[in-house]
Amino acid sequence: MNALARIFATPQGIVFLVAVLFALVLGLLNPAFFTPSTLIDLARNGLVTGIFALGVMMVLASGGIDVSHTAIGAFAMYATMKIILGIDLDLPIIAYFVIAAAIGAGLGLINGLLIGGLGLNTLIVTLGTLSFFRGALLTFLGTTYITSVPREVINFSRTILIRIENAVGQMVSLPASFLVLVAVTIVLAIIMNFTLFGRKVYAIGGSEEAAQRIGIRIKRVKVLIYVIAGAIAGLAGMTHVTLSRMANPFDLVGMELNVIAAVVLGGARITGGHGTVLGTLLGVFVITMINTTLLMAGVPSYWQKFVIGCLIIVGTGLPIVFDRLAKHRQRMARPLEA
Amino acid sequence: MNDEASQSTPILQMHDIRKAYGPVRVLEDVNLELSTGEVRCLAGENGSGKSTLIKILSGVVSADAGQVSLNSRQLGNDPMGAITAGLSVIYQDFSLFPNLSVWENIGFLTSVTSEDVLHRRSARRRLAIDTLKRMQVEIDPDAPVELLPVASKQLVAIARALANRARIIVMDEPTTALTRSEVAHLLEIVSALKKEGVSFLFVSHKIEEVFAVCDTVTVLRDGSVVVEGPIGAFDSERLVEAMTGRSVDSQRLPREESPVQRPFLAAEGLGRRGNFADVDLELRPGEIVSVVGLLGSGRTELAQTLFGYMKPDAGRIAIDGEAVSFKNQHDAIDRGIAYVPEDRLTEGLFLSQPIRDNITVSSLEKSTRFGIVRAAGLMQRARDAIKNLRIKAPDVTPAVATLSGGNQQRVVLARWMERDPKLLILNGPTVGVDVGSKREIHELLVSLSRSGTAVMVVTDDIAEAIALSDRILVMVRGRITASFDAATVDEDTLYNEVIREDRT
Repeated sequence: MNALARIFATPQGIVFLVAVLFALVLGLLNPAFFTPSTLIDLARNGLVTGIFALGVMMVLASGGIDVSHTAIGAFAMYATMKIILGIDLDLPIIAYFVIAAAIGAGLGLINGLLIGGLGLNTLIVTLGTLSFFRGALLTFLGTTYITSVPREVINFSRTILIRIENAVGQMVSLPASFLVLVAVTIVLAIIMNFTLFGRKVYAIGGSEEAAQRIGIRIKRVKVLIYVIAGAIAGLAGMTHVTLSRMANPFDLVGMELNVIAAVVLGGARITGGHGTVLGTLLGVFVITMINTTLLMAGVPSYWQKFVIGCLIIVGTGLPIVFDRLAKHRQRMARPLEA
Repeated sequence: MNDEASQSTPILQMHDIRKAYGPVRVLEDVNLELSTGEVRCLAGENGSGKSTLIKILSGVVSADAGQVSLNSRQLGNDPMGAITAGLSVIYQDFSLFPNLSVWENIGFLTSVTSEDVLHRRSARRRLAIDTLKRMQVEIDPDAPVELLPVASKQLVAIARALANRARIIVMDEPTTALTRSEVAHLLEIVSALKKEGVSFLFVSHKIEEVFAVCDTVTVLRDGSVVVEGPIGAFDSERLVEAMTGRSVDSQRLPREESPVQRPFLAAEGLGRRGNFADVDLELRPGEIVSVVGLLGSGRTELAQTLFGYMKPDAGRIAIDGEAVSFKNQHDAIDRGIAYVPEDRLTEGLFLSQPIRDNITVSSLEKSTRFGIVRAAGLMQRARDAIKNLRIKAPDVTPAVATLSGGNQQRVVLARWMERDPKLLILNGPTVGVDVGSKREIHELLVSLSRSGTAVMVVTDDIAEAIALSDRILVMVRGRITASFDAATVDEDTLYNEVIREDRT
């Protein structure tokens, strides 16, 4: 196989290819697509998905899966707003994020103890906690929208990093919340690549038994994975508030499939051991581009689900098919000998 | 060298180790010592307790009684403690991380034991390169381990132990998957490291290697040490006798000669790229044919091809004189071929399901009327089957997982018997089965063959082939290199033929 073919035999390669084709078609239909404002639009729309996806990527790299992250995010954002409104103090915006992350970490700890401590199946546990966290939020914390968010949140959401005019003369802006994604990206990249903990995550994803045999304390690592993933989900929830300027307890839950799709398209394998920060962001970018542009083009929203479903199947299935074909070809190229 | 080893103080001592799993005693008062620079062989048949002893040594499993001490310090039940004390176990599956690079795999153990917080890329990479250099092997340190051939994985696992300054390396059947030249290379490395004072515990049942590399030997049988001493005190016959508990000229099962019949299945010039070539084979009713070969000789692929699981690239298969081409295993099953896979646990059985369902699952139509399965019929057939095959079970409703290895194997057999196969292909029928059950399974197969079924057995167990078969075919590197009459061939001749690697 030549180099190009090898790139396209990876999920990222195919995703990238599809994304480029998609962008080209959109560019042909609508010349305004290839403008910087589109990029800013996408960055803004993919912000929350991106933060969630980074946490999920870490879980997938360890060989697990987390579907409860959106419920953690929703719980953390709503609880944070309740707490701050309740104590009625002027806290700096950073405190909001710290509280949300702490709540997220606490909920993640529940996942971690069930999965790492008791050794339960990750999908079953997080499916359970998805419902549990969401139910707890709506039952005990409330079902009303919080529209009167504190001044700090409003101020923060009005802080703009970049503002440009798009083709039709509207202003497109990138809010300061984008910095949360940047920060999570940097921190997670450091954790995954430059700390032993990060390498242990990949090791466990590669072979749990082997990891145990060389003395990695699997339970501890797993608990920490879900705590960190929970904290990241909390940050995503809080970021969502700063974008929408209100806290709606019904938000976020429902987008977990989107998030997981982005992570898988970004090269993380459901079987564990693989996944990169950069690949995940690429996956998020593609998913966001498809969602946003289909919406802009007036395509009904259920088409988005259809397209994303196709992408997941193609993105994960095609490399396997390629791999099999390559192996078959390799075998047939050999002489008729033993 | 033997004297040298015996004079120094032991670096490892295992004292009166006992272990039982439920009512089954696996280890009984086992003692074992290892000196600096000593290579000791831990020999024993499957099920003799070798693996359990290693697990206790490495701290993965705790002993019921007895002590393990390293450098006169007692080890607890903690894998980490054993590793930091300088003991590394290289498992049969190598326990590497397939998704990580060679250098990261080699350095990982060191990173874990030195409790690093940060990932010290350059330091670990250098350590890995230095270690590989010290072993004088050339492996790309940046390649992902999943792309390496088996022999290189083995070397990476050794390098990982060495990089962590292991003083004792336990190798669990290290040569199973290696070719002869790779084994030679491995043994060279072992000898070189031995000179540096590294001790080895070599778990193996390959007599040849034991003599090539070991200083001392401990033989384990049914959970106890039966004999122990310097290798010079043994010859291969005595060692085999100690391992098996019977003399080498083993008991061939008595049988009545059956008249030669027309072959049920005949293969001609059968070949599959990369697996086997030019295989001619005739399987007749009333005859047991063994195909004996080492792992990787193509024996499993041949069996699976005859069963339609793989497609041949060349040659013909005929059944009852009629040429056939199996699209998949269902075609083969329809023609009356049954296949009992190598690993009955992963491939053949539904462990958590009742014995009854396991026995009847592939022959439900026998108890089906108008599309409805009759439970009573299934029950009756399953009860008959466990009686006929002497499966030791209280009833047919407990899960298969509750049975012993030999009885589990019989359940797999029972399932196929329910289909009244004309040809039964068995791959390693007694792997992991204790000696007594082994004999019973053999007897069962002989009586089955005398009742008119063609039987083909794929195995690497030479004693089994001789005890069981009428005809023995030897497979070396994908070719049938010799054919013996099982009644007249002796174990040595057969063994030498099986390990012969260079084709003439």
